[in-house]
Amino acid sequence: MSNPLRDMEKPDVIFCIGTNMTECHPVAATRLKKAIRNGAKMIVADPRTIDLVGYADVHLPLRVGSDAALLLAMAHVIVREGLVNEGFMRERTTEAEAFLEHVKQWTPEWASTITGVDAALIEEAALLYGRAERGAIYYTLGITEHICGVDNVQSLCNLALLTGNIGREGTGINPMRGQNNIQGAGDVGAIPNNYPGFQPVTDPANQAKFQKAWGRDIDLEKGITKVRALERAGEQIRAMIIDGENTVVTDPDREHCEHALKSLDFLVVCDLFMTETAELAHVVFPATGFAETDGTQTNTERRVQRLRQAVPPPGEAKPDWWIISQIARRMGFQGFDYESAKDVFNELCSLSKTYAGLDWDRIEFGEYQWPVPHEGHPGTPRLHEDGFINGRGIFKLINYRDPAETVDDEYPVWLTTGRRLASYHSRTQTGRSSGIDYLLPEESLEVHPDDLAAWGFQDGDWVDMASRRGSVRIRVSSTTRSPRGTVFSSFSFNDVPVNILTGSGYDPVTDTAELKVCPVRIRPAPIGGDVAAD
Amino acid sequence: MSETTGRTIVLDGQEVSFERGETIFQVAERHRKEIPTLCYDERLDPFGGCRLCVVELEGARNPVASCTTKAEPGMRVTTRSGKLEMHRRVLLELVASENREVDVDELSGYASQEMATLVDRYDARTGRFAGRKSGTSRPDDPNPFIKRDYENCISCYRCVRVCAEQEGDYAISVMNRGFETQITTEFGGLLKDSSCTFCGQCVQTCPTGALADLKALRHVEIEEPVEKTRSVCTYCGVGCAVDIMTKGDQVVGIQPAMDGPANEGALCVKGQFAYDFVHHPDRLKTPFVRDDHGRLVPATWDEALDRAASGLLAAVNQHGRHSLYAVASGRAPNEAGFTLQKLVRAGLGTSYIDNCSRA
Repeated sequence: MSNPLRDMEKPDVIFCIGTNMTECHPVAATRLKKAIRNGAKMIVADPRTIDLVGYADVHLPLRVGSDAALLLAMAHVIVREGLVNEGFMRERTTEAEAFLEHVKQWTPEWASTITGVDAALIEEAALLYGRAERGAIYYTLGITEHICGVDNVQSLCNLALLTGNIGREGTGINPMRGQNNIQGAGDVGAIPNNYPGFQPVTDPANQAKFQKAWGRDIDLEKGITKVRALERAGEQIRAMIIDGENTVVTDPDREHCEHALKSLDFLVVCDLFMTETAELAHVVFPATGFAETDGTQTNTERRVQRLRQAVPPPGEAKPDWWIISQIARRMGFQGFDYESAKDVFNELCSLSKTYAGLDWDRIEFGEYQWPVPHEGHPGTPRLHEDGFINGRGIFKLINYRDPAETVDDEYPVWLTTGRRLASYHSRTQTGRSSGIDYLLPEESLEVHPDDLAAWGFQDGDWVDMASRRGSVRIRVSSTTRSPRGTVFSSFSFNDVPVNILTGSGYDPVTDTAELKVCPVRIRPAPIGGDVAAD
Repeated sequence: MSETTGRTIVLDGQEVSFERGETIFQVAERHRKEIPTLCYDERLDPFGGCRLCVVELEGARNPVASCTTKAEPGMRVTTRSGKLEMHRRVLLELVASENREVDVDELSGYASQEMATLVDRYDARTGRFAGRKSGTSRPDDPNPFIKRDYENCISCYRCVRVCAEQEGDYAISVMNRGFETQITTEFGGLLKDSSCTFCGQCVQTCPTGALADLKALRHVEIEEPVEKTRSVCTYCGVGCAVDIMTKGDQVVGIQPAMDGPANEGALCVKGQFAYDFVHHPDRLKTPFVRDDHGRLVPATWDEALDRAASGLLAAVNQHGRHSLYAVASGRAPNEAGFTLQKLVRAGLGTSYIDNCSRA
């Protein structure tokens, strides 16, 4: 997030797009609700009538995967109505002229044909955001999990640059990070392009720095993404270590993923449970988890906080850092003689530019948000206040692209996936916590009642839902949360492995999977078999 | 000019400054005055319902509620006097008399000891006003998280207000007045059928344990004392600070950290109630290695670490250093991701690593 969580109570206009915040980041959503109680207006762009819509002034029910068209048209209206922040554009951006010219052609009427949203509603939303004193954008995977995820994010940046809604209290471009430490995973360099602290591996100066720190030459070339690695499994890639990820269930195109992991010569998995992924491993290590591990994690607002051990782990389970260090030592690698999480974290701080001013003791109370470039620095709750790190904000000329697969006669329904409030990911944890089943006992496919009637189903019927990659059996539930022609399910329940269906394409820049769009066909489930037709 | 310039009140004979908009209670709290409250939660709009926080204000005929009275320049305030203490004691006697019990287990919720503590402090266990109990409990609500024991309710409305003001959910409401006052949901139904999200905020703010953490209360019988360890929730990226409550080696509940920098006392149903996977029998307790029959069987650490190291090295030796790939977790701590990326970089000189952020 460019801005701190506490800023969520400060905007006068909130623009939420592709974020089901009341279910996926409920505590952050409470702050938006407070802003609304204090008079803020809210635009919600989401194909579904999610709970956030109930608090919104404008709902833009766009067709899944059409975000870029909507955002182009909003920019068009803001430019046409003279709502641009000229001073900000002049002083802090570049490529503005080309962008102003570019958006002239993308009218709300045009966007309406792509998104299915009334042109008048697009106008209304654009005027609302364009006139905001403090406009803040919030998004989640509904923006990024598309073949045009980068385009979508850059389209949001364009809107903020156009209106100067960045670098001030209550504004910003704010991705809500999905997992407790997904921010940290990138921060610490567990990505193919950057060393810890987002220092590019392609920069020879960084190569020299880490050569000196670790005594070994490291490739100047980037590594490959997990998506590519799975594609090359069994060929170039022969062995993998997977730490704490149930790849088989949470990645797209399950069959491809399982096949990839099975074709490895050797797979090591560390986890809390014998997950579907661990079942495929040659060696499985028991890791410590929540309440058992000393360590640190970094939240969506870049806040580094301490995790503390409260109870002993079960049996012989060990912290991940210990397991990985032991493997490294036995592989003959140097520099893995850590005695505590503190040792590891302090080494990270010594090598990271963003954590440079931190150490284990300094984060005792969790008050620092990175970057903290040196000791004594107070941290940076709000990014870009005095300028952009790379100089000027660059307008990007985005064009709308169709999703990798679009609906047709054979697969005529849009499936979009996500999470639900009471369950988390593949339910390895929520599914093993008592009481959660009372709130959410099983998965169902949310379908608009008129679609159910048109397709000849009753609420609660079992159906067979198929994409080009496979099929799952699922019960339908009738709800106007889904628009006509679009159905929704989570990927949490192992008896409804929805990611068998997904995986139609990937963003060409980030390799992020298009998990939010998948054309499907829905037919009556064959009666009989091992599932009672109740 | 500073916000406080020229703004002072006299508090128990001492001149103190205040900021624009501060209430007498807030000023007094900053100066460590122990003014009792029951309906007060600093995150919520002041309510002025319990009347325990009354103070004497020079020039006012009757004591005023300090939580709802804004400080104004020149006010002379007395927070403690024989008269005030008597008033507070009688109020506490009355409040306690309405409840089936005053002492509830501390596992009930974060604020659950507030009433009992005050009753003791004011020596108000006199039973002078013994009589009818107010509030009708709902043992029929089968939800596994929130106990609805309204016979212990004092109508402070903290649950109603936290649900509305803090959560924006408006699941809890009040019906009737006076002695018949009843905390309820819309149409008097079950929580599950209301707009309740089971975030547990009502449980944590309740000062009497009328709304209580049913899941934590399963552990009342464990004799060991409750200890709290500050950590961070393991679910989404918001990073809510929590206090993990333990008895011995067992996690018995979670309470939100009221001073958590990201959450300021808030939690959701997962962070509040989905913690007992920690002790689930499915947890892996030993390493496993694949045996000659292709089955995963328990192994010692030595055996498993050697197998892992030699298996990974075999691939590297045969197919080169770019044949090993590492996937880090978005769920594990920073130290996990750091050591894993160091393994491929410092060990093999590659950047063949990623994490779960792309899917």
